[in-house]
Amino acid sequence: MHFEYNIEGGDFTRAGYASSQVKKLLKKQGVEMSVIKRTVVAAYEAEVNVVAHAYGGVMYVDLDDRQMRIVLQDTGPGIEDIQQAMEEGYSTASDAVREMGFGAGMGLSNMKKNAHELNIESEVGKGTRVEIIMQIA
Amino acid sequence: MNDNDPIVLAMQVKEIVQALELKVYSGEEGLDREVSGAYVSDLLSDVMGHADTGQLWITLQTHKNVMAIASLKDLAAVILVAGHKPAENTVEQSNEEGIPILGTLLSNFEISGRLYELIKNR
Ligand SMILES: Nc1ncnc2c1ncn2[C@@H]1O[C@H](COP(=O)(O)OP(=O)(O)OP(=O)(O)O)[C@@H](O)[C@H]1O
Ligand SMILES: [Mg+2]
Repeated sequence: MHFEYNIEGGDFTRAGYASSQVKKLLKKQGVEMSVIKRTVVAAYEAEVNVVAHAYGGVMYVDLDDRQMRIVLQDTGPGIEDIQQAMEEGYSTASDAVREMGFGAGMGLSNMKKNAHELNIESEVGKGTRVEIIMQIA
Repeated sequence: MNDNDPIVLAMQVKEIVQALELKVYSGEEGLDREVSGAYVSDLLSDVMGHADTGQLWITLQTHKNVMAIASLKDLAAVILVAGHKPAENTVEQSNEEGIPILGTLLSNFEISGRLYELIKNR
C-alpha cells in the first residue's frame, strides 16, 4: 500500500495530520501497540520539522506485511551539519515557534530513539529527506 | 481508604475533575477515560518523547497542536494551568477526539502536587 500526504511549511494548524493517518493505518492492520507508539513519535517529529523548518514537503508511506517505510521529502534550507542537528537541545527554531513549545531540539533524538532505522540526507539550500523504517511484524 | 477496600488501580478523569475542582472546557465525552499518571511540560517534543498512554498532560500551551499530541499519544486529558484558556480550534479538536481539556487557576507546581497526592496510592 502507498499513501502520500502534503505538508505545508509554516502551517501549524495541520501539523500532525499525516501522522494521525499513519496511526490509523497501523491500527487497522492490527500492528502491536508498542510499535504503533514508536512509529507515531518518529512520524510526528519528522512531520513537524517540515512545518517548522522547511517550505513544504510530502510524506510518502509504504506498507507491506513486514515493514512500514515513511519518507519525508521537503524543499527548504536543508541541514548543514546533520550530526550537530541530532544533538539533543540543538535548535534553530524561531522565537515564534519556540513560544508554541517547539524548538526544544528534541525532535531528531526522539526519531532516533523510536525509529527502527533512520536515514537523513540533506542538501543546503535545497531540502531534506528523512527515511523512517519500522518493522511491523 | 481502609484495608478492606478493593484495590482501585485507575481513576477516571471525572473523579480527578471533582477532587481537584477543575473546569471542563471541552471533550466531555472523554471524562470516563482512565488516568495512569501525569506528565508536566510545556515543550511539545518533550511530551512526545516522554509522556505515555493514559496520562494527564499539565501545561500552559493552549494551541491546537496540544490536541494533536494528546490524540497521537492517547493521553487521558489536558490540564491548562494558571487560568490559561484553550484556543477555539483546540476546543474543536478536543470535542472531535473526545479528549477533555480541563483548567485550573493553580500553578503547574500546585496542581501537580495535589494530583500527585490524589493518585500516588492508587
Ligand atoms: N526538515 C528540516 N529542514 C531544515 N532543517 C531541519 C529539518 N529538520 C531539522 N532541522 C534542523 O535540525 C534542528 C534540530 O531538529 P529537532 O527536531 O531535533 O529540534 P527542533 O525541531 O528545533 O525542536 P523540537 O523538535 O524539539 O521541537 C532544527 O532546529 C533545524 O535546525
Ligand atoms: Mg523538531
